[in-house]
Amino acid sequence: MTKEKEEHREDPMQIDSNRVPTGSLLTDYLRIYYGKFFPYTDMFKWLAYGNDGKHPGCDSSYFGRREFSFTIKSDRDEVYLRFQSFFNASEMETSIKAKCPTKIDIGAVYTVDPAKRHAYAQSGFNPIERELVFDIDISDYDDVRYCCSGADTCLNCWPLMTIAIKVIDTALREDFGFSHILWVYSGRRGVHCWVCDSRARRLSKEQRSAIADYFHVYKGGENSLKKVTFSGPLHPFLARAYTDALKNEFEKWVSTQKLFEHEERFHKILQLIPDESVVSELAEKWQGNSVRWEHLKHMLQSGSKKTQGLRRCIEEIVFSYTYPRLDIQVTKGMNHLLKAPFCVHPGTGRICIPIDPKKCEEFDPTSVPTVAQLIEELNANASIGADNYVEKTSLAASVHLFRTCFLEPLIKTCKDELENAYNTMMQQTKDSLNW
Amino acid sequence: MEIVRSQRRNGSDGSGSAASLPLYKSAPSLEFRLEEFGQYAIDRLRVLQAISDGLSRGKKPEEMENLVSEQWRANMKHQDADKTLRKDIISHFVLRLVYCREEEMRRWFLSMETALFRYRFRLQNAEAQKSIMNELQLQYNVLGNAEYETIKDKLTEAARSVNFTSNPETVFYKVPFEDVPELVASRRVFILKGFAFVPRNQVVSLVCTIFRSNISKALALTNRKWRAMIQDQEKDRIAPMVEALGNVYLGPDYSKPKDCAEISLKDINQLASTSFPLCMRHLFGKLREDHHLKHQGRMQLGLFLKGVGLKLEDALAFWRAEFSQKVGAERFDKEYAYSIRHNYGKEGKRTDYTPYSCQKIIMSTPSTGDHHGCPYRHFSEENLRAALNKMGVGGRAMDDIMDKVRNRHYQLACTLTFEATHGTSCETGINHPNQYFVESRKFFESKNKQSQPTA
Repeated sequence: MTKEKEEHREDPMQIDSNRVPTGSLLTDYLRIYYGKFFPYTDMFKWLAYGNDGKHPGCDSSYFGRREFSFTIKSDRDEVYLRFQSFFNASEMETSIKAKCPTKIDIGAVYTVDPAKRHAYAQSGFNPIERELVFDIDISDYDDVRYCCSGADTCLNCWPLMTIAIKVIDTALREDFGFSHILWVYSGRRGVHCWVCDSRARRLSKEQRSAIADYFHVYKGGENSLKKVTFSGPLHPFLARAYTDALKNEFEKWVSTQKLFEHEERFHKILQLIPDESVVSELAEKWQGNSVRWEHLKHMLQSGSKKTQGLRRCIEEIVFSYTYPRLDIQVTKGMNHLLKAPFCVHPGTGRICIPIDPKKCEEFDPTSVPTVAQLIEELNANASIGADNYVEKTSLAASVHLFRTCFLEPLIKTCKDELENAYNTMMQQTKDSLNW
Repeated sequence: MEIVRSQRRNGSDGSGSAASLPLYKSAPSLEFRLEEFGQYAIDRLRVLQAISDGLSRGKKPEEMENLVSEQWRANMKHQDADKTLRKDIISHFVLRLVYCREEEMRRWFLSMETALFRYRFRLQNAEAQKSIMNELQLQYNVLGNAEYETIKDKLTEAARSVNFTSNPETVFYKVPFEDVPELVASRRVFILKGFAFVPRNQVVSLVCTIFRSNISKALALTNRKWRAMIQDQEKDRIAPMVEALGNVYLGPDYSKPKDCAEISLKDINQLASTSFPLCMRHLFGKLREDHHLKHQGRMQLGLFLKGVGLKLEDALAFWRAEFSQKVGAERFDKEYAYSIRHNYGKEGKRTDYTPYSCQKIIMSTPSTGDHHGCPYRHFSEENLRAALNKMGVGGRAMDDIMDKVRNRHYQLACTLTFEATHGTSCETGINHPNQYFVESRKFFESKNKQSQPTA
């Protein structure tokens, strides 16, 4: 690929939007993407959290103390640059355009500018603010989905992600009282969640750990059999997750994954029942698909068997299959680096676009715009002489969602908080100066 | 000198508590002698050390309560309650000075003092607990009736899920969820819009979090003051004592393997099958089998091997030999070698990480694709039996071990495994994988010596 193939020239690139770009083709696509599409101003406004204003309460050093990291791939090598920082949007834009990273990660806000960390004693460089984040990967559900495995996903198994979003989003808002929550498609097989309330950003490691454990229901490594155990009545959070989401989703799952039609599939469910007599009775009598599941439910819920551990068995089965499986370590750490929204996933070419939690059932991972597709649209717009090309591409909807559902309400809250904090401080100073 | 009274008074000693359990809010304006300075501190340190020991052996809360009560009585208690309180306060503040100086020390001191406070609080009667809670101004957080009515169903639901029946008389405290992380983590409280509703019987957790947070801030402040002025001012009087107190032995952490305990790569297979505890055997086996381990597994096994005496160069060679069979030597060097060097303190912050203790391993949370953790806790019964079988454990020993596992005495189960596989008893009980290894080597070494012909 030669250099003359710049975006606004006469000769647009021949794009095959079905091909996932790699190597130097990827770099070229990225150059155009970063040149025309990446929403620098929106990202800056988000991460500045209101400090980019002129109000005297604003901390102009805030954005510059945030760590970014770039992954840069050349032909043979992959270079990982940590502790990148920028004073403002323009510096960030210049750096990204110059380096063309295949991945941009966002880290924590530190006590000092990460680029200057060596000038400070070890104890002087610490993370002080960081969003509360969650990372959910559909490959962690490989043992319960039969349509895909590993990095693949389809419309049959994607509902697992939808469920995860619903359960966690509701809990974050209802139980923890957070409201500025951004959900992002990770580009291939999962979703990320960024909780951006100031209260969330200031959580300590211990508090993040507590929240992660609150959500940790599906437990156990490769060697434990039963990953969900309920010893008594369910906590209100679990009861709500069950009634509002998991129960019905499991019914659908039974049908889309044909859980009771294949022996090895329903055998797994039988393994979760801690009563031999129940298991053998069921195994004998079974005939058709839905009949089996109804039969199982009836048997376990009738209360005729008094074996310990049977009372919550249905819930345990449902949770084992459908409850969100988080990567706990991502949530617990304060300086875990997480991929930035609006990156291009190098494996699929798809853009990591935001997902509206209120409409998460409508989200279709197979129709997320790819970088190739965007460039094709851009060229098409250019060739018919439309102006504001980017606005007319598939990315516009995502940027619009980001702004209206997330950024604008967040900035408003931030400005209010900054003003209030400033006024309080001024009042205190005044009071202390009064004799 | 101000007399410190144990009954009703309002912090003439600055510590602020009507009961005999002080909150150590500010340094007392007491005078005391230099000899008391050292002696009181050492006595308190014995208590803290015993707590540390008890926790790392995985003692249950009731056992810890007994331990604290005994240790306190043996080391700190005086016939005269006033004198006890005085010693309590003085020793705390002296140790604060000693342990504020380094991050590891602060962390240890904070954990032990919080634990001490927790169990002492539990041992107080309801009146005393109430007055401590008033000290912390928790009376302002009592849930009002109107609000109670709107959520009482959920409160009942939450109470039932932890086997507790609340009634309309139960007092609830409404606090930000950040104040009760343990209760949130274990889903033992109802939370709504960022507030946790803590029933009276769970208030220990709340009180301890507040206590811990206060002491943490105090330690940071004391550290700054020490560095800024006190260290210099007191260089001939207190500073030497503080240094000496800080060097009191805290128990082995196995980060620096002893003299001839270095192992070489060619021995590693043999050692794994004879002297590794089950958790490490399992990780080692999986690594050999899959030529890969996920991050936590690498940490748990890697640090253990460091503690066992594997040098950095050998460690790199070992992991490279395995990983390169799955991801290739180049990817290993690029993606994994760094973190091995990091573990040995050669990269980044240069912290020399210590191998994980049993307590830490038991509390870890293995997930999909993980093989770390404590097999006695994290394996299903079937898998555990199979793994123990492979170690040569069977019959009566197997039953005893399974029994311990069912009762959640994971470390005792491991101790029994040691005893079964070595044919000897292990008096001290296992509380660290490296300890298992060291004891095992000791056993085999002495066996070898015995079987050698005398010169």
